[in-house]
Amino acid sequence: MSGALFCVVASAAQKVDFNRDIQPILSDNCFFCHGPDANKRKGKLRLDIREEAIQKKAFVPGKPDESELVSRIFTKNADDLMPPEDSHKKLTDEQKNLLKRWINDGAEYQSHWAYTLPVKPTAGMNGIDALVEKRLGELELKPSPEADRRTLARRLHFDLVGLPPKPEEVEAFERNNSRDAYQKLVERLLASPHYGERMAIGWLDVARFADTIGYHSDNPRNIWPYRDYVIKSFNENKPFDQFTREQLAGDLLPNSTQEQKVASAFNRLLLSTEEGGAQPKDYEARMLTDRVRAVGSVWLGQTIGCAQCHDHKFDPITQRDFYSMGAFFADIKEPIIGRREDGMLVPDGKQAAELARRHAEIERLQKDFDAPHPELADAFAQWEQAQLDALLGDSGWISLKPVKSESSGGAKLDVQTDNSILASGKKADKDTYALTFENVLASVAGFRIEALPNSALPSNGPGRADNGNFVLTEVIASIQRSGGSSEPLKFTRARASFEQTTIAENNPYKAWKAAAVIDGDGKGESFGWAVLPEVGKPHQLHLELERSTSLRSGDKLKIELRQNHGNGNHTVGHFRIAAAPDELTVRGRFVVPPSPEIAAILKVRRDQRGKAQADKLFALFKSGAPELANLRTNLAAARKARNDFEATVPRCIVSVSAEQPRTVRILPRGNWLIETGEITPPALPGYLSPQSSGTNQLTRLDLANWLVSRENPLTARVVMNRLWKQFFGVGLSKVLDDLGAQGEIPPNQPLLDWLASEFINSGWDTKHIVRLIMNSRAYKQVSTAPKNQLASDPHNREIARQSRWRLDAELVRDNALTIAGLLVPKIGGPSVKPFQPAGYWENLNFPTREWESSAGEDQYRRGLYTWWQRSYPHPGMVAFDAPSREECAAERNRSNIPQQALVLLNDPTYVEASRVFAARIIKEGGRDAASRLNWAWRQALARAPKPDEIETMSALLNKHLNEYRGNSDAASSLIKIGPSPVPGDVDVPELAAWTSVARVILNLHETITRS
Amino acid sequence: MNLSSELRQFFLQQQTRRTFLGRTSTGLGALALASLIHPRLLKAAANKDKWMGVVREPHFPPKIKRVIWLTMAGGASHLETFDHKPKLAEMHGQPMPDSFTKGKQIAQLQGARLTCYGPQLKFQRFGKCGAEICELFPQIGSVVDDICFVRSMTTEAINHDPAHMFMNTGSQIAGRPSMGSWTVYGLGSEAEELPGFVVLTSLGKGGQNQPIAARQWASGFLPSRFQGVHLRGKGDPVLYLGTPPGITRDQQHDVVQAINTINARHDAVVDDPEISTRIAQYEMAFQMQTSVPELMDASKEPQSVLDLYGCKPGDGSFASNCLLSRRLAERGVRFIQLYHKDWDHHGGVKEGVTLKAQEVDRACMALLTDLKQRDMWKDTLIVWAGEFGRTPMSQGGDGRDHHNAGFTVWLSGGGIKPGISFGATDELGYSAVENVVDVHDLHATMLRLLGIEHTKLSVKFQGLDARLTGIAGKTIEGILG
Repeated sequence: MSGALFCVVASAAQKVDFNRDIQPILSDNCFFCHGPDANKRKGKLRLDIREEAIQKKAFVPGKPDESELVSRIFTKNADDLMPPEDSHKKLTDEQKNLLKRWINDGAEYQSHWAYTLPVKPTAGMNGIDALVEKRLGELELKPSPEADRRTLARRLHFDLVGLPPKPEEVEAFERNNSRDAYQKLVERLLASPHYGERMAIGWLDVARFADTIGYHSDNPRNIWPYRDYVIKSFNENKPFDQFTREQLAGDLLPNSTQEQKVASAFNRLLLSTEEGGAQPKDYEARMLTDRVRAVGSVWLGQTIGCAQCHDHKFDPITQRDFYSMGAFFADIKEPIIGRREDGMLVPDGKQAAELARRHAEIERLQKDFDAPHPELADAFAQWEQAQLDALLGDSGWISLKPVKSESSGGAKLDVQTDNSILASGKKADKDTYALTFENVLASVAGFRIEALPNSALPSNGPGRADNGNFVLTEVIASIQRSGGSSEPLKFTRARASFEQTTIAENNPYKAWKAAAVIDGDGKGESFGWAVLPEVGKPHQLHLELERSTSLRSGDKLKIELRQNHGNGNHTVGHFRIAAAPDELTVRGRFVVPPSPEIAAILKVRRDQRGKAQADKLFALFKSGAPELANLRTNLAAARKARNDFEATVPRCIVSVSAEQPRTVRILPRGNWLIETGEITPPALPGYLSPQSSGTNQLTRLDLANWLVSRENPLTARVVMNRLWKQFFGVGLSKVLDDLGAQGEIPPNQPLLDWLASEFINSGWDTKHIVRLIMNSRAYKQVSTAPKNQLASDPHNREIARQSRWRLDAELVRDNALTIAGLLVPKIGGPSVKPFQPAGYWENLNFPTREWESSAGEDQYRRGLYTWWQRSYPHPGMVAFDAPSREECAAERNRSNIPQQALVLLNDPTYVEASRVFAARIIKEGGRDAASRLNWAWRQALARAPKPDEIETMSALLNKHLNEYRGNSDAASSLIKIGPSPVPGDVDVPELAAWTSVARVILNLHETITRS
Repeated sequence: MNLSSELRQFFLQQQTRRTFLGRTSTGLGALALASLIHPRLLKAAANKDKWMGVVREPHFPPKIKRVIWLTMAGGASHLETFDHKPKLAEMHGQPMPDSFTKGKQIAQLQGARLTCYGPQLKFQRFGKCGAEICELFPQIGSVVDDICFVRSMTTEAINHDPAHMFMNTGSQIAGRPSMGSWTVYGLGSEAEELPGFVVLTSLGKGGQNQPIAARQWASGFLPSRFQGVHLRGKGDPVLYLGTPPGITRDQQHDVVQAINTINARHDAVVDDPEISTRIAQYEMAFQMQTSVPELMDASKEPQSVLDLYGCKPGDGSFASNCLLSRRLAERGVRFIQLYHKDWDHHGGVKEGVTLKAQEVDRACMALLTDLKQRDMWKDTLIVWAGEFGRTPMSQGGDGRDHHNAGFTVWLSGGGIKPGISFGATDELGYSAVENVVDVHDLHATMLRLLGIEHTKLSVKFQGLDARLTGIAGKTIEGILG
């Protein structure tokens, strides 16, 4: 409504313009029932296509009196009235008359303005002023005068680098009379590395960059290198078309660079979940819609998301368009549910060189290791014989596969293909594994329990204690006869391949002996068989039965492994049970049987083995050959060193294309439970582009290329509209994320089209456009205005002046830290954690977390580097309208709420900034209060204080100085807030009093305002 | 975003304010200066900045002034609280019939064998209305004639985070305003020195404390002034509320006055309506520094009241928060939302609900009783609701999974038929089958009681007239008295 007072609505004499006057009325009031969505259409009438409307006799061009539409909107009969009452829509008399006049004039339609390619108006080299002033002329308005140098300097600094100018810079600029002083300042700021930071803020909002996944546990993900990519791209003035391609499809570019791959993290910025019970199809659908909404908002300025459940109500976007857009992203490899992967390594130059060096080292050692090693032929032959012996020694044992395995402590027991059992999940200090076997041997003389190493266990097992140990305290076996009776089995002897002798002082056996396993726990249930320090290796326990027992079909064998050590999770993690048919086997020596695979190879005659078999055998030999121990150690050390180093290199989740993309179907009513919808391959929106007839599946790169092609009418307009908002406070079309029918036709469309055309023609040169805007007269105007102008154009839609607004959240912080002299202007790197109130994350869980403030210089970084926790963004930033970045935020609120006062008054960050600023005022501001106030004012506002400001501040200063002189304890506690050192040579009450002054300055409306 | 109606309202307010203050060439600045001598005058100016709501003429005669919404976070089992299913007890241990579950959403029980799990707690009839509820809720039972049970609630979502979002905003997509934000946007708030939408959270002792995101009380695409303010049990009750160490309240006041004085003079020069708003916000912030701690300090409540709730002030319990919610209600806060966590009983549902009953039973009764004693019950709506219910099938042998096809919520207060049960689930407590209602209907009903037709409270967002009730919602007429 804001511009309505100025918007040229067709006056009585003027021709009605469809796009400007009629389309918004139809869209807002009629299309819901008579628009593009066929399912919601009433009376089969659609008003968005002229021919169909005429065919259905909605109106007769040129003859309003014969037109149903006219009679229906003017009727007094509630049953006939359009829009009907239950729509809660009502036309104004002015709108009704416009519709009537439009039909009278012939009811001409125009294509929607934003779907027609922009045509560049003739307006000279810098069309901005020509087109702004042309429109002002039509409205009989005059542009405002140029702002003073100080205002311009502050405005340029906030807009281009997001930091306040230094007072001496402003003074130099004020004194510089050369014609190009302003232009030079613009160039200097465009060349500043902080330009990229400033420009990145808006892009990170629309791209929805955040450090965490968003849903439920809201855990971190590796993503910050993407933020640095954005900063770097703006600093390098990367052409916007390339910027687009890299983000959507950097991984698909030929020979893509590390930077381009990092750019493709854009596709991973969506929300994801780790919540238990989340249904993959549900989240697959959520992720698809998340991405479609993002592309719709970021590049197209279209609310494509509205077509998830049905065809769009107002714009010609079909549900098919929605899903075929989503299908572009179906190739992205990612977990649908659960933790994000660590992502790709993103080393900087130095780290990359170091990684290469370490890789080369590993390669060299590996090559040595892989060499044929003819010198080891004899050793190999001996080893092979030993393996054969072991195989033979094992031949009596029959490994048993349990039909049931249960853990009393809640562990998960999984039977592996080699009949071994791997425990995982819940760990308990005491646990009994109950195993049931069927169809065991006819006769059993004893059992073997193998405790096996496994890489999934701590210290490679075999136990689940942190050191890899276990304590098997008792083994109980019985036979469940098919008739129902149960017979306990009695053991007479237990032997183990190794028994732990350490930490056995309190053990009645003075060792962790096998015998304890069959002692009926007579010497205490916590003692048993254990193997420290020989962890990470296989061990065997042989249990001999008092007498052989025979089993019949249908009998069940039950074995319980009791583990009652009682602390440190001393349970066995990986084991296997075998039975021996005869006593000889039980009494035989301990062997580590070769794996079934190796056993199979050993059984083949040496000269008949294939190469793969021979290699496999040799490789196994080498993995344990003492002759290669040094080489193995070196290789392991080199690998570990590489891994340790890798762990220090940043990572980023990026786009990686899967060979088999997910199938994307139209979900009727958006319901993911219905899996019968038509399959939709990737396709460009039908209403904006000719459908490709090619047979090749389109890729994300095709999508990106189309978005920045000359055939696309939207992208350049959308981007220019956002850019305009950054520098004038409001978009040329005020609805930044919707240039569709429900958006606003820009009051000055030629200006938007000129900018869009110039942007494309310049090769998508962002700095070129920024430069044009900065150097325009429109930009340089004052932001104050006469009352009548403020009243008639409160939101400055016509650019007859500049605008003023409170700084963005990040810049409020940057500004205060800069004034205080605390800002650390380092660019990029991991996100940082400036002070945040304790307990703010109390409602996070899985895991619970406590914010740990960054130490050192990271406490004083720019706001855009603050850790972005989606479900609890930093409260000091939220107060100033920083978005959570869960959804694309093309526009931030600009609120004015009491929380902002609380932050600036009480947040230790700002109190610290105040007291550090105060110390500087005292030290650098001169000797007396007047000169100090003058100095302070210049630092913060680049101007001298006015007499009444001095008066107010002096009164405050004197009062507080008196009070702090009388209470130096209070003064000392105030000047200690924040981690910055307290200057040693300081008059404490004086510093405290000046801190009050500094707090006032940092809180002033003018301080936090760009004008 | 298009907030034309909000902007229009704001614009009108600015205009009215100027007329009221007789704005002259010196602007409000001069007035603010004068008000340094007469703080009351400034307060008057600040009040002019107060949000009065977009619904100036109620669409219906309002039945209530405020809402206290008790969120049982984690998803309370209806089968162990307020929905008695003897048939399920009979079927205990048997396979859940396919006919109940086919084509429905399943959370953690995906792919598992579905077995009926009988109610784990006994039920008993209470009150004149004879409502049958779990016997572990005798205090709620004692006020059951003031309560309306809706036993046919359904929701779209089945995981905690999206289900809370849906229950709070009517959408599973982040970025929509919470119901408290909509309410304050629609009606403003009577609270002078407190936010209009306040959130309190408490932990359960069982440890199943699911996370809750701040987005659950965010204002979404509505301006930030409508966001819920989380009053915390520990630390500053409102973030950054405490005056920094070494600064007295008087000194803080000096600083605020100096800021406002200089801002006012600046306004006289640049004529920017944001400045007078900022002056008012600094006043408000300064007032809050006193009013909020005073609000939070329930220690001066009479012992009889503390006994009624069974809480110790400052213990951070649900009961304490119920007491605080009454104090907030007294101070004119429009929408008060409590989250009590730990209802996520995938395992140990019997022990879990038993513990929860101890934590909430007396407190709920106390809240209703206390409001009644103060004659505030009749213009308050109290809602008791989880984000979903729990399965009639067992999980892990002693728990229940998330469930969205049917569960129970209850309402009490102005405009609600007391002492009734509305709707029902099937005989096994799986699907709502009688008078089926959904979250949008619950929202529509709440707005109706506040005097708002839910289809008329909308804001342009992404081209649509976005509403709390999405494109659905019908008032649950059957529960309106």
